[in-house]
Amino acid sequence: MAVEAEAAARELRATYATGKTKSFEWRSSQLKAIQKIVSLHSDEIVEALRSDLQKPEFESVVHEISGVSASCKLALKELNRWMKPQKVKTSLITFPSSAKIVSEPFGVVLVISAWNFPLLLSLDPVVGAIAAGNAVVLKPSESSPATSSLLAKLVGKYMDASAVRVVEGAVAETAALLEQKWDKILYTGGGKVGRIVLSAAAKHLTPVILELGGKCPVVVDSAVNLKVAARRIIAGKWCANSGQTCISPDYIITTKDFAPQLVNALSAQLDKFFGKEPLRSKELSSIVNIHHFNRLVKLLDDDEVSRKIVRGGERDQSNLKIAPTIISGVSTDSLLMDEEIFGPILPIITVDQIEECVGVINAKEKPLAAYLFTNDKKLEDKFVRNISAGAMIINDTVIHFFEAGLPFGGVGGSGMGAYHGKFSFDAFSHKKALLKRSFAVDISARYPPYTPGKRRFLRAVVQGNLLDILRSLYSCW
Amino acid sequence: MAVCVETAAAELRDVYSSGKTRTCEWRVSQLKAMLKIAIHHEKEIIEALNSDLGKHEHEAFLHEIAAVRSACRMALKQLHRWMKPEKVKTSMTTFPSSAEIVSEPYGVVLVISTWNYPILLSLEPVIAAISAGNAVVLKPSEVAAATSSTMSKLLGQYMDVSAVKVVEGGIQETSALLEQKWDKIFYTGNSKVGRVVLTAAAKHLTPVILELGGKCPAIVDSDINLTVAVRRIISGKWGCNSGQTCVSPDYIITTKDYASQLVDALSSELERFYGKDPVNSKDMSKIINSRHFERLSKLLDEDKVSGKIVIGGQWDKANLKIAPTVILDAPEDSLIMNEEIFGPLLPIITVNNIKDGINLITSKEKPLAAYIFTNDKKLKEEFVQRVSAGGIGVNEVTLHLAEDTLPFGGVGESGMGSYHGKFSFDAFSHKKPVLYRGFNGEISARYPPYSPRKLKFLKAVLSGDIIGIIRALLGW
Repeated sequence: MAVEAEAAARELRATYATGKTKSFEWRSSQLKAIQKIVSLHSDEIVEALRSDLQKPEFESVVHEISGVSASCKLALKELNRWMKPQKVKTSLITFPSSAKIVSEPFGVVLVISAWNFPLLLSLDPVVGAIAAGNAVVLKPSESSPATSSLLAKLVGKYMDASAVRVVEGAVAETAALLEQKWDKILYTGGGKVGRIVLSAAAKHLTPVILELGGKCPVVVDSAVNLKVAARRIIAGKWCANSGQTCISPDYIITTKDFAPQLVNALSAQLDKFFGKEPLRSKELSSIVNIHHFNRLVKLLDDDEVSRKIVRGGERDQSNLKIAPTIISGVSTDSLLMDEEIFGPILPIITVDQIEECVGVINAKEKPLAAYLFTNDKKLEDKFVRNISAGAMIINDTVIHFFEAGLPFGGVGGSGMGAYHGKFSFDAFSHKKALLKRSFAVDISARYPPYTPGKRRFLRAVVQGNLLDILRSLYSCW
Repeated sequence: MAVCVETAAAELRDVYSSGKTRTCEWRVSQLKAMLKIAIHHEKEIIEALNSDLGKHEHEAFLHEIAAVRSACRMALKQLHRWMKPEKVKTSMTTFPSSAEIVSEPYGVVLVISTWNYPILLSLEPVIAAISAGNAVVLKPSEVAAATSSTMSKLLGQYMDVSAVKVVEGGIQETSALLEQKWDKIFYTGNSKVGRVVLTAAAKHLTPVILELGGKCPAIVDSDINLTVAVRRIISGKWGCNSGQTCVSPDYIITTKDYASQLVDALSSELERFYGKDPVNSKDMSKIINSRHFERLSKLLDEDKVSGKIVIGGQWDKANLKIAPTVILDAPEDSLIMNEEIFGPLLPIITVNNIKDGINLITSKEKPLAAYIFTNDKKLKEEFVQRVSAGGIGVNEVTLHLAEDTLPFGGVGESGMGSYHGKFSFDAFSHKKPVLYRGFNGEISARYPPYSPRKLKFLKAVLSGDIIGIIRALLGW
């Protein structure tokens, strides 16, 4: 596999050097090819996602297929505009001159995808890389093998294989890829491997975007429309791959007084959404594999945790399903509060005063997203000002993902860099400064021999002080 | 010093947590303090630069002091505007909603500076970090010792030391600093240490800006105003710290036919600027230290190069001075063509066709800057299209740094990230999107139990298909 990685990198570099991927026509043709993949093969994609994750067709279409399709559509519509150099103003110092910022591709880039949204998190970055004119290698996750192999097949069939390649495999293949020199890497996954990617990239001075995770908190104030809030929390948690989503609500913070009402509201809505036997519901994704299933069950069976379960806790190992589970009155040093849960378990932390949520959240790593349900503008303001996260939503969860006008990315432990919409194009572009001057005006004050007179003039120019400039022009140097 | 570094980092983290550095008042007070330093201590700074680098007052003022003042003034003027959240239009997908992108500081940041523009490359990133609301540790270069100690003294005197600290020292102190967790690191220097910084940062998932170097090429076409071109090249090379500048033209490419004219023009303008005895000219900086002096003399002494010197070649070891030196057609495999020169030596490589120059440049690592002197529009366009570099100058060298509307940074081996002007504020800010919704406008199509109709509706919403939405709503 070292050979395959090296060959892919070498061939793509040769293709990139021809300049082919920089042309508008090529980029446009490849974006259209991706659109074809998701529109003509949506049934196969839904099947693959069902095979890998028991993902309901609804989620597959809404989250993954539509997501990719919308990205392509936007890129095709805006590509001309995005590719145009941006004119910028110049100052007295370089007069007469003109300046621009030119977007150019980095070159040959590597996209390492994840298993939970294996189509979306593979193709969405690839859309960005291609829109920006790069050649790209995609390494889908081996933990979603049906989607990985479908991607390899469809990309191989529809896209320009000399510049867009899928390399399948696991740890060994990823390590081999990371040995190569790339001009940019975008990695989606966990913090541990994120560090490995960064270290590998450091050897080649490769810039990296890391889309990681974290414990995304949801703060629920009282005096809210509890039914709507509960639905939106459920939508972001159990209707998004059974909580196996980097921006799913990981834990809730609410007041001791309000917790029982919140639990009741969540419970009532969960009944409506998944019925009385959620394990049998087709609307619930399964856990991706036995390793993660066991990890989650272990969390549930912990003594401290199991006696605080207020809803759910049922599991079906043969189908790798865990029912939507809520645990109330969890302490901040519980096992559940250690790591990102990434599953259908939702702990509730209770505090005396809702404002204490800031301290609880800030004691942890900066999350990929933080959510607040409130009608209290003061609390809202405090939340936005004092908590750092990749993104925030007031009165909803996860939906910011679909706003192409907002950058999607983390900060601190949840990642670095961002993409989506034009941010994808920018993520994969080097912004090259360009200054053009003519030979017409040349200010000899710049040149030796240096004299006080020249210095006076330059001081005045630098300060932009017209009067001083004129004064110094009248003295000789 | 590992102990004081750890303590310093912990203290800064406490101060940052208090929220003090995030206020507009604090940022403004610190920027004003920095401006005071740059105005009231101009003489002291010039002396320190002269002591470290033999830098002439002219360069010290123009390249370092003026630039620092300008950065302070711009930040003070623009801070309110920069700090304002940027409103963003939202789409049908989240209707009804509003959104904005909030700029927030990363937290506690580390700036590692370098020796060639020790004031500028220390204070400008610090100004950037402060304007974005961060607490900051500055590690100046020990190689420019006088400036390092002057900055330590002045910042200690004028700035809020609970949130802005200077840690002086060498490799040990830098390593100790790199062991700590920072929320962002800004490093200016060479690519070897750049890799060390990146590797250390990886352990803490710390984002990094690297301002590195490279061999900045300058193509000189025929049919141009040669006198002006040559003056600008000289100014950007020997007029910038004796070529010890990351964006100085490192080597020139011209045609075989034009080379002799170019050499003649360089020769006569160099004499006008630095006189007949350039080694003793006070208008040129010295080489920073004997290590670099030895390195540069070695480049000149190499057999395949020494015979190709067409201008200069003289040196004064005692005073660490090397005359402006031009070499014609040093071989591709010579030392001088394979490392960043960072000194007053300028090789000229000749090609048959000026376009071959572009191929030569693209065969090397991406430089921090690339220049072309030409009046040929097509050649200009091809150069801009094909040459990837941090920045490009047409008919000029180094001056793109003076434009604060242009981002300054490298690509590939020459670095990652950029700053200057508003890019400085952005470099040290996390851009946090905030989406605001009310409890109205519930779309029950989001929720299970799922149905084909709900699916149709959502598909239409996500693709902005208004007709599709109406159809789905009407049950068609």
